[in-house]
Order: sequence, then C-alpha cells, then structure tokens
Amino acid sequence: MSKIIEIENLTKTFGKVVGVDDISLSVEQGEFVTLLGPSGCGKSTLLRMIGGFEEPTSGRILLDGQDVTHVPPSKRAVNMVFQDYALFPHLSVGKNVGYGLRVAGMPRREVREKALEALALVGLEDRFDAAPHMLSGGQRQRVALARAIVRRPKVLLLDEPLSALDANLREQMQVELKALHTKMGLTFILVTHDQTEALTMSDRIVVMRGGKIVQMGSPVDLYERPATSYVAGFIGSTNQFRSVVATGPTGPQVQCFGQPISAPAGVAPGQEALFGFRPEKALVQFGEEGGGPDTLRGSVADILYHGQSVRLMIDLGAGEVLVDLPMSGSDGMPQVGDAVSLRVGADKIMVLADEVAA
Amino acid sequence: MNGALRLKRALVLSPPLLWTFLFMFVPYAILLVYSFWQQKYPTFVPAFQFGNYVQIFTDPQYFRVILRTLKIAFFVSLGAALVAYPYAYFLVFRVRKPGLRLMLYMAVVAPLWVSYLLRAYTWKTILGTTGILNSFLMSTGILSEPSSVFLYNQTAMIVTLIYVFIPFMVMPIYAVLEKIPHSLKEASADLGVGRVRTFLSVTLPLSIPGIVAGFTMTFCLTFGDFIAPFLVGGPDGQMIANVIASQFGASLNWPLGAALALVMLMIVLSIITVSDKFERLGQGRFA
Amino acid sequence: MSRSLSERLAWVVGITLILAFLYLPIAVLVAYSFNASRSLTWPMTGFTLEWYQKLAANEALIDAFYNSLYVAISATTLTLIIGVPAALALDRIDFPGKGLFRKLILLPIALPGIITGISMLILFRSLGIRLSLEAVIVGHATALLAVVVTQVYARLQRLPNSLQEASEDLGASGLQTFFLITLPNIKTAVIGSGMLAFTLSFDEIPVTFFLTGRDNTLPMFIWSTMRRGLTPEINAIGSLIVLMSIVLIFVSVRLQRNTKTQQK
Repeated sequence: MSKIIEIENLTKTFGKVVGVDDISLSVEQGEFVTLLGPSGCGKSTLLRMIGGFEEPTSGRILLDGQDVTHVPPSKRAVNMVFQDYALFPHLSVGKNVGYGLRVAGMPRREVREKALEALALVGLEDRFDAAPHMLSGGQRQRVALARAIVRRPKVLLLDEPLSALDANLREQMQVELKALHTKMGLTFILVTHDQTEALTMSDRIVVMRGGKIVQMGSPVDLYERPATSYVAGFIGSTNQFRSVVATGPTGPQVQCFGQPISAPAGVAPGQEALFGFRPEKALVQFGEEGGGPDTLRGSVADILYHGQSVRLMIDLGAGEVLVDLPMSGSDGMPQVGDAVSLRVGADKIMVLADEVAA
Repeated sequence: MNGALRLKRALVLSPPLLWTFLFMFVPYAILLVYSFWQQKYPTFVPAFQFGNYVQIFTDPQYFRVILRTLKIAFFVSLGAALVAYPYAYFLVFRVRKPGLRLMLYMAVVAPLWVSYLLRAYTWKTILGTTGILNSFLMSTGILSEPSSVFLYNQTAMIVTLIYVFIPFMVMPIYAVLEKIPHSLKEASADLGVGRVRTFLSVTLPLSIPGIVAGFTMTFCLTFGDFIAPFLVGGPDGQMIANVIASQFGASLNWPLGAALALVMLMIVLSIITVSDKFERLGQGRFA
Repeated sequence: MSRSLSERLAWVVGITLILAFLYLPIAVLVAYSFNASRSLTWPMTGFTLEWYQKLAANEALIDAFYNSLYVAISATTLTLIIGVPAALALDRIDFPGKGLFRKLILLPIALPGIITGISMLILFRSLGIRLSLEAVIVGHATALLAVVVTQVYARLQRLPNSLQEASEDLGASGLQTFFLITLPNIKTAVIGSGMLAFTLSFDEIPVTFFLTGRDNTLPMFIWSTMRRGLTPEINAIGSLIVLMSIVLIFVSVRLQRNTKTQQK
C-alpha cells in the first residue's frame, strides 16, 4: 500500500486561536479514515486544509508524493462533499454533476455521459434534469456525492455529510457510503462528531481534541482499548474510577467506588491510575446472593429502557455506575431498588492514561 | 497566501478601493481643507483659520438655520412615524391575506421609484395660492378668497417632506413588526393582559429598533434636503442645504460653504452613530 | 355596532386616508396633464393632449431627456462595475482598512446628496476638470454605489460560501466561478439594484446641480422650468415619468418573485 496523503507538522492559527496544532498524519491509498471529535476540535479545519480552502500557518501537505500545501483547491486532485451539499441552485442535477468536467473543457456529450455514469452510481440517473430544490435531502446528498466523484479524485473529502439527514436516512446512507467506498476503491476522509458513524464506516478513526490527535486506530482498537478517559467517554460510554492498586488476597486489587475487584494486567501495586469498564461488559445478577470474586454489590437506582437492552444505573454506595442488560425476552423488567451484583472481570477493566491538558 | 491568489484578490479589490479613495476620501479631505480657507472678495485664498466655524456658531443667521433645519427634520420624522406605524401595524397584524399585504406594502414603497422632484412639485400645485386646494375650497364656498396659509411656510414643507420620505419610515418598521413572534403576543394575551397593555408592553418596545432606523433615515434625508424648501418653503423656510448651495452659487464663499457642509456631515454622522448603538442594543432581544 | 366592527371600520378609514395621502397627489399630477386650462386650478375645464404635443415640440426638453438617459445609463453601468466587486470584497475578502472602506462606501445612503455634490465640485475644480455631463456621471456613480453595494452584499450574504468553494473544488478558475456560479445567483440583485440606481440617477438633482456644465438633465430642466412658473407641461412630463416608473416597479416586483421561487 502506498501513502496517498502525508501531513507533516501542520498548524493553523486564527489570530491567537490555534485551530490545528502541529498534526502529522498519513493516509493509505484506498483507506476510509474518519476524523472524529466535538465541534471546535480542529477536524473541519484539518479537512479544509487538505481540500485547499484554508492556508496552513505552518507544515506541509503531500498528495501522492507532491507538495500541495499552497496549491489552490481548483488544482488539487481532491474533491469535497460539503456539509450543506453546496449544490448550485441555478443548475440542474445533471449540470451540477457535470460542472467539474465542463469547466475543464470536456466536450458536451462526454460531460453528459460521465455525469450520467456518476449519477447511476448513486442511483439517481433518472433525475438528470431535475432542479436541486425539487430533490429530497437524501437525494441531494447523493447528487453532491456524484458531483464529487465524477472527476475521479485521488481523495474524497466528506465534511459531516450526513448531519443534515434524519436518523433512518443517516443509517441507510452510512451503508451506501461504505459500499461506494468499497466499489470505487477511492480514499475517503470523513469528518464527523457522531461516534456511531465513525465506528460503522471507518477503516481507521482519528480522535481529535483541541487541535491535536488524541488517539488513532481501527474502530475495534478504539472501542476496546481507548487510551485516555476522553476517548473512552467520547466513543461509547465508560464507567471510570480512580484508584491506587493494592495487594489483595488473590493478587493486585483496585477499589471501584469502595469495593475491591482484581486489577487488570499492566499495573503494579502502589501505582495510582484511572480505570474504566464498559456498561455492557459487566455481568448482572439480581438478588442478595449472587457474586463471587470481582463482584460489585449495589441496588438499581434508575432504569432507561432501550428496546433491545436496558441501561441500569446502579448505586454502589460510594458512587454510581451504568450497566447494560440485554433483553432476551422472558426476563422480567428490573425494578428500582432491586439488589444487584455486577461481575467485572480483570480482563474487562481498561487502564486509561491521564489527560494531557487540552 | 500564494501569489496568484493574491493577484486575483488585488484585481477584485483595486477598482472599488481606488474609486472610493479618489472620489470619496479625497473629496472629503479637500472639503475639510477648504473649510479653513478664507474669503477674499471676489474669490478665496488658502489659509488655516477657524473663522468660518466661528462665524457659523456666532452669526445668528447661520445658527438659526441649523436649528430650524433640526426642528423641521424632527417634525418630519415624527409625523412620518405617526403615519407609518399604524400603517405597518395594520399590514402585519390585521391583514390576513399575504397577497393583499404585499400589495399594500408595495403601495407605500412604490412612490420611491417615482421622481422625487415631481412628488414635491405636485404639492406645490395643490397648496399654491392659486392652486388646486384654494380653488377647490373657493368653488365649494368654504373660502371666499384664496388663502396663502397653505404654501410657503414650514407646515407646507413638513407635509411635503413627510409625503416624500414616508417609505423610508414604513420599510424598517414593517421589517421589525414582521419579526415579532406571534407567540409573544399570544403569550401576553394568555396571561390576561389587555390588548392595549400588550401593545405597550410587548409590541411597541420590540419595534423600537425599527422606529429608530426609520427616524434616523428620515431625519438625515430631511436634514440635507434643499428642493422642498425651494418649492414650497417661504422666506422662513430656508434650510441648511439651501444656505450651503448659495455659498457655492450667488455668495461665492466656498470656504464657508465647506465649513457648513462639514458641520452638516458631523451632525448626520453623530445621529447615525447614536442610532447604530441604539439598534445594536435592541438586537440582543431575539438572540 | 359591535366593538370589533367599529374598530375594523376605523382601521379601514385610516388606511384609506393614508393611501389617499400617498396617491391623490400623483393622481392630481396626471389629471392636470390632460386639463385644457393653462392654469392649475379647480374645476378642471376639459380634456386636451395639447401639453403632450408641446412636449414633443420642445427641443430643449428632448435634449435634456437624452442627456438624462446618457447620464443614467453610464452612471448605472459604472456603479455596477465598481459596486459588484466592492460587494464581493466586503463579503469574501479580508484586507486592512476594510472597516473604513465599508463605512465610506455605504455613507452616501444616509448622507445628503449635497455633500457628495459639493465635495466633488471642489475636487474637480482642484484638478482643473471641466464641469460636464461626464462629471455628473462620476458623481452619480459615487452617490449610487451604496445602493448597489447594499443590495448585492445582502444577496451575497445569503449565498452560502460553500457554493464558491465547491466550484473551485471542482476545478473552476476564479473567473469561471464568478461567471458560472456567483453571478447567476446574484443576478436579480444586480439587475434590481441597477434599475433602482438608474431611476435614482435619472431623477437626481443635488449632485447634478453642482456638477453639470452647460448641459441640462431632465430634472434640472424641469427644475428650471418650475422656477419660471407652473405649467401643465410639467404635469405632462411628470405623467410620462410616472408611467416609466410604473413599468420599472412592475419589472422589479417580477424579478423579486422569480428569485423567491428559485430559492425554495
């Protein structure tokens, strides 16, 4: 595999505000990379610099080995799907899609053919002559996509492309985007603040905060092994607690809100660290009895019904944790006040690095 | 920023920048310089002295004209607001059909497109001593001989100027009234507040930015007008712009005219600045 | 009578009075252009087209009309050529002195025309430039710049920046983007403000008063005719100008309606 994009020490400041802070990142040919973070984390600025819409304050961007840091967007083999789609309101769907070829001086007939081809890829070849304002949100999204891929860019940039769609359509478009990526073999760089979107579609997720990269890796990596409490909280939910590792009867132990459980591998007695476990990793048992080793005891404080599962807030006395209980049918609903025990094995506990001030 | 982009921006920027510099900035600067010059009959010579300004603020002839102009501009704005507000209120809150509302709105804005001079002129034909109003009143027997009370006085001028500038008052008031959420009025009615009190405590305060904008516009336009005074104003109807014009004509005292123009400019600018501040204060409300 | 009915009646009477205040004078202007008597008095005496025929024979008037046309067309063209880039610059480009530039360029909206008139008179005198219709054109273009800039700028603000970016992203040059994307989307604002600028220039007195040489524009001609006395001929010119205005209003309303449907 070859590197299609290499970003070296890229920084962008707006006056005194640092938008992107000394970021280095490379993207493989054909990869689907997602820049994930809350608004203001610098992900859009980074994307816009790759597209050429913002001039970096310092650093370099290489596209397929060429330095494009100061090349205007019109001369970069990179295309963008804009958050508001940016369809030209005065041009028909077909003319929108063909625009990039027309300005390049391609003969009319060929432009039409290629535009139809691109529209076919997104299933809209029959709307060639429609005006953009006659399309639904999802259709506009697809036209924007067709327009961006018609020139066969080396990299396709997507700036929160699904944020304007409603929940059902968004899920459907996630599947379609992923399929299109596979079919075309193009490199995709997507910006989003939606962790589900990132987890579903990406080969690799880059989590950003305060203009810096906090962690990057595959969706499974990030979910199973978040490096910091920020990543753990941003991707999925995590019960977090701070504890000093002590030596217990069966080995090293940590205190989870006052109750001892086995410490995970990688920490030594005497060390203080931040720990966490995912709500769905705890094994829930009702009743006063249950338990055994590595068990936390408490009572149900609150119940959130999710359909396929229930999320319970468990009062452990010195604090509260969340756990997920799959609803497999015959089980009755738990009640507030029910006594409960949670088994959290050492292999389910994550060690989280302390946050660098951001 | 790369060179090509910089060049393109320069190409877009330079014509308007050059134009505003050459035809706006430089002329105002020269005007300022002229205001310090001195009249030496039959012409004027470069100098640096404040005589012209001293004259404006000490010679009652000029000072009185400025005060009169301020007074007339105030009454024109007030009169226009008193007519425009109910009209805009009616359009926004009482007219239900959008088509009719648009038509009535256009009806008041459209005269802007019709020659200002002619709109002022037609009042002269109506109000004149031998004019249409006088002859009408005589033919109906209300008057036995033509009255001169209608023309060549400040009232005639105020009426004419209200007529000419009223669209500038209706437009901003309409715009703010239209933005007031109906839910606010409903909420007020819901709380058992009467209609008059709802108007005084909700609608009127919320429409103040529009009134201020319209007032400013009408005031400034009236303040600089020199056509209405000429057409329908009498000997006591001279306004500051007429005095300025005569310095550049018959009196041939450009330095004094320049100084008067700058005083006018300063008054207009301070009114705009104050009203700007005021409007900005009001803007926070819906945010 | 019930309270709501009497209230409605009061509103209708009030609004009718305001409309009468607005339109009776214009009706009077037009009506007297067809009145047989030379004096503008009540009652009207009979129907005639005499005043219109006199207009057609008045060469000074016809010259003034053509002068006005020349001035208004040139000033409008010039003000669009300067004003559209100015609006673009205000909307899209950051440069030092932008605040001052904005203030300066928008000033004439509220600034009395007489100030533009005399400041340019002094400028032309200082540069030794002869007063002429061309001087008037420059004056009008300067005074009307604010009209074009405010309207085009307002439209540009509603135009998402992403359209321009998308065009560049798809490989279009700056000029291609302007002519293929930006201009078609601000077209109605450009035409609309151009038409308003044309009307205002055609009707302009304060600036013209100071900058014109020997040639008269139509309003200046009417103005000097008025100084000599009131005649039905002025009403006849006036009625023609009213007619022209109605056509322009009609076109501009049409334009606005088209824009609205396009933006849905």
